[in-house]
Amino acid sequence: MPPDPILEVKGLRVELSTRSGTVPVLDDLSFSIDAGETLAFVGESGCGKSMTALAVMGLVPHPIGRIASGSIRLAGEDLTRVPEKRMRAVRGNDVSMIFQEPMTALNPVYTAGEQIAESLRRHQDMGRRAAWEHAIEMLAAVGIPDPRGRASAYPHQMSGGQRQRVMIAMALACRPKVLIADEPTTALDVTVQAQIFELLKDLRRETGTALILITHDMGVVAEMAERMIVMYAGRKVEDGMVTDVIAEPKHPYTRGLISCVPHLAEVLTEERPDLTEVPGVVPPLTQFGRDMCLFSSRCPLADDKCWEERPPERRFGAGHVAACWHAEEVS
Amino acid sequence: MTDFATPVPPEIEQPRAPLAETTEMFLHNHAAVAGLIVLVLVVLAAIFGPSLYGVDPYEMVWAPFTPPGSEGYLLGTDYLGRDLLAGILAGARVSLTIGMAAAIMSVFIGITIGAVAGFFRGWVEEVLMRVTEFFQVLPTLLFSMVIVSLFGASLPVITVAIGLVSWTAVARITRAEFMRIRELEYVMAARASGAGNFKLIFRVVLPNALPPIIVQAALMVGTAILFEAGLSFLGLTDPNVVSWGQIIGSNRPYILDANYTVTLPGLAIFVTVLAISLVGDGLNDALNPRLRAR
Repeated sequence: MPPDPILEVKGLRVELSTRSGTVPVLDDLSFSIDAGETLAFVGESGCGKSMTALAVMGLVPHPIGRIASGSIRLAGEDLTRVPEKRMRAVRGNDVSMIFQEPMTALNPVYTAGEQIAESLRRHQDMGRRAAWEHAIEMLAAVGIPDPRGRASAYPHQMSGGQRQRVMIAMALACRPKVLIADEPTTALDVTVQAQIFELLKDLRRETGTALILITHDMGVVAEMAERMIVMYAGRKVEDGMVTDVIAEPKHPYTRGLISCVPHLAEVLTEERPDLTEVPGVVPPLTQFGRDMCLFSSRCPLADDKCWEERPPERRFGAGHVAACWHAEEVS
Repeated sequence: MTDFATPVPPEIEQPRAPLAETTEMFLHNHAAVAGLIVLVLVVLAAIFGPSLYGVDPYEMVWAPFTPPGSEGYLLGTDYLGRDLLAGILAGARVSLTIGMAAAIMSVFIGITIGAVAGFFRGWVEEVLMRVTEFFQVLPTLLFSMVIVSLFGASLPVITVAIGLVSWTAVARITRAEFMRIRELEYVMAARASGAGNFKLIFRVVLPNALPPIIVQAALMVGTAILFEAGLSFLGLTDPNVVSWGQIIGSNRPYILDANYTVTLPGLAIFVTVLAISLVGDGLNDALNPRLRAR
């Protein structure tokens, strides 16, 4: 028996009430992640990646959204059933999150050090001085030069990359069991992106934190993650080891995402193969939750069955799961 | 090129702290600085003036209606022969105190109601904003006159009356700022690090919402002084306490014979309120990030 996963989500359904009724933005989502593992969530905008993060954090926008069913177990404790007070103690301590926009995710009126120390004082019962010293250590750990000096700097005095490092320091200050990074480098320069990913890798190795990486960049997934989950229209369409999924995608959407990425080596040597795209767009929210394959409208393999019945998740080899009626024909 | 060998740190220009930036911006505004100087002089006169001048403002010191400058009385005497300069100095204390106390009170009420309404939204906001609107549509002067008539014309009652009619502006500004700021990502980030609502309101959102509230509070001191003068002019004041409005009010019947008894305290009000307005305006420019770029 492998050890229990640190985070286990089962049958999670999150509903949003919209003008045209209640729609499931997450529909029967199950996944788990072990300590020290990196799990990537990929998919286009509006597929439910960020909503998954918010659900785990207990921050589903209230009152328009709610967790309708399912469980989110963090080290055995079901976070969907704990009172808000307990959830506040979990947030930032056991589970924390790095946001997309380092430019706006730091409070402009407090210094970097204060913002990191705040979280330590809240969760770790540290005194003002101890928290400040620890904040400086954290800044050093995320590779900020002159951490003692920079701790007193305000966010507007820092570059985007530095701010994202501060965000990471804040998120990791309490040594969380799970760290969620929601497109942590989308707003940064490419060179800085690489540095941030290096940093996340190093820190994960040192702290044993499980990392949930939300991204739409397949290159990042291949670089960073061991396992990946492909989301489409609120549903998990494919789940497996990154190497397996990339080598042999079992869902046409996954294949589409992979073929969107140019392969540099090929470009340099051979004639350039055409980049393919996935035609069409994600269906509107009103379509979510219907008993059909929601990818049918964009799928080259779609037949009548795809339009009439939701494909069940099927297993292909060790831990490789896909929800497609035509999985065998994909690769 | 050695630049490639030794990487230059990313910060080449050393940005200053926000406070230093704001101060510099304020000092560039000459009208605001002039207002600040006048205001400091008025405050100093209010604090030290009465004891330095040493004349009892309630004492009859010479014949009534002694014109300014004659008989050694710089600003003359009023209808009871009281020294007008002593009255204005003592009145400065009362007027400024009422002005500040009323402003503090209205800022306190306004921030509490505006913050809660703007942060929680929903029915809480509906209820609180209807209450705010109720206070907004009350005829302010009449309402405060009713309060003063009911509870007696003492300084605390007058202060409360002014505070009660002027907090609505602060509440609306605070609510608007909260509605804007609560959607920003750092609020979500603070929530994600485990902050509760109380922390979010007072430690995360409020400090970012303060600049326009500070400006409004500064201007409100001026309005409160005017309001107190208006009430005193109508006789709704403690007759045993001298304030600028009270001097004007009590000398009103003699405006044709000795107009200086009304003009001089009126001038004191005018200069003080103008100074406060200029300072408030300067603060507005200095604290407004959009104007800072110019």
